[in-house]
Amino acid sequence: MKIRPSIRKACSENPATVETAFYIVAVVAVLTTLRVVTHTNAVHALIYFIVSLLAVALLFYQLGAPFVAALEVIVYAGAIMVLFLFVIMMLNLGREQQEEERSWTRPSVWAGPGFVSAVLLAVLAWVISAEGTGPAETAYVGPEEVGLALFGPYLIGVQLAALLLLAGLVGASHLRRHERRTVLRDDPVSEESQSRAGPEKGGGV
Amino acid sequence: MNPVLHSFLVIQGVLIGLMTLAGVLVWIERRLLAFFQDRLGPNRCGPFGFLIFVADGIKMVTKEDWIPPGADKPVFVLAPAIIVITALLGFAIIPVAPGILILDLNIGILFFLGVSSMGIYSTVLGGWASNNKYSLLGGLRMSAQMFSYEVFMGLALMGVVILSGSLNLREIVESQTGLWYVVPQFLGFLIFLFAGLAETHRLPFDMPEAESELVAGFHTEYSSMKFGMFFVGEYVGVTLISALIVTLFFGGWQGPVLPPIVWFLLKTMAFLLFFVLLRAAIPRPRFDQLLAWGWKYILPLALLNLVITGAVVLAQAN
Repeated sequence: MKIRPSIRKACSENPATVETAFYIVAVVAVLTTLRVVTHTNAVHALIYFIVSLLAVALLFYQLGAPFVAALEVIVYAGAIMVLFLFVIMMLNLGREQQEEERSWTRPSVWAGPGFVSAVLLAVLAWVISAEGTGPAETAYVGPEEVGLALFGPYLIGVQLAALLLLAGLVGASHLRRHERRTVLRDDPVSEESQSRAGPEKGGGV
Repeated sequence: MNPVLHSFLVIQGVLIGLMTLAGVLVWIERRLLAFFQDRLGPNRCGPFGFLIFVADGIKMVTKEDWIPPGADKPVFVLAPAIIVITALLGFAIIPVAPGILILDLNIGILFFLGVSSMGIYSTVLGGWASNNKYSLLGGLRMSAQMFSYEVFMGLALMGVVILSGSLNLREIVESQTGLWYVVPQFLGFLIFLFAGLAETHRLPFDMPEAESELVAGFHTEYSSMKFGMFFVGEYVGVTLISALIVTLFFGGWQGPVLPPIVWFLLKTMAFLLFFVLLRAAIPRPRFDQLLAWGWKYILPLALLNLVITGAVVLAQAN
């Protein structure tokens, strides 16, 4: 498999390099994710989120899954985050929202849940360290392997996901139809004709 | 040659070549537009006005670099950097000639799609951070535009992937020895051209800028070299799309007699000129029209292209 031969060679020759790189990227991912939660400015939080997703993509790449890494960037960091940004821009959040957000993230609000979660995290770390750690297995999974798996053993999953997306599409188009009908009702002429036509025709949703 | 030195030289060569090309493109575009519109165009500075890009550069660097008081400063500064970085990153996977290739990535096409989807943030964040109505509208339009073209941009390329059996651009070029993919994938080529125009937000799809409606759209508030970076990013982006069209559909560096690198540059240049011609020839649609075309006509066409290509390849294999 040809995947940046120099890097792959360096990794296979020196597992310590892989581990160091992994931890650097993991720290970036965790820190940026923390900033996503703690930041009061929605757009800044979103930029941290994008960096966090890019870091996760890099982790996938290091673990030998370049295809998943690329999809992570294209689908999550690229498309879905733009959608988030689109909505945030539409909402036109200002200083008041930032103040409101700040009032929600006072220590008295997060200290309790934070403490409980920290206990759980400590136990998890303890259990994992008791098991002992080993170097991450970096089996290479290229696009071909992913494709064969998706259209072989996991075909039913792909089809179910497609059905789910179709349902979403139908739902979205239905919502849009509803909107158009209300617009028509605002129009005095069509309102009149609707009331004359009787309740069956006017009442749909 | 030492591999490290070789890749260093290739990277420097591509970088310097691109920056020079972006400068020269300014002159070419303005002269050509003037020619198409029966004007003279810039003809004062140097022979045939060739040095206009130097003058432009000096002008941009010496102008006041102003950040509006209401702007979100860190994002405002970040936005123009993103477009230059992503546009230049995209070139890492373009095989200019045999041996002249920065990154031989076996997910090359996906790398390009990822990088290009990152580039959107430049426009959208720039529009948002300027704290200006026109900029915001430009940024919103860019994100809406991206929803329409990104899906079929990827689908249009999948036909080529099916035919070549690879996502690696070098292998795609090598598999086009007998026949350029523009012949079996003509529909894919047209769809990718359409998507590429929308991606680089060039006329006719420059709705995020739309001088006649939005002042200058997302970069209304940008001045000096920050505006210059949007400018350079746009030209590098157009060059990237042209280079990709050549690589994926027109045989890349392949061609008779002339050396490969000359063929690659000639083909890329032809598409750059074609983009200028499009700019002069086609009026700008409304952005909801672009959305409607994208989802109602082009996406089904791209799917149809994919299905037919897959069926033909399967039938030939049996």
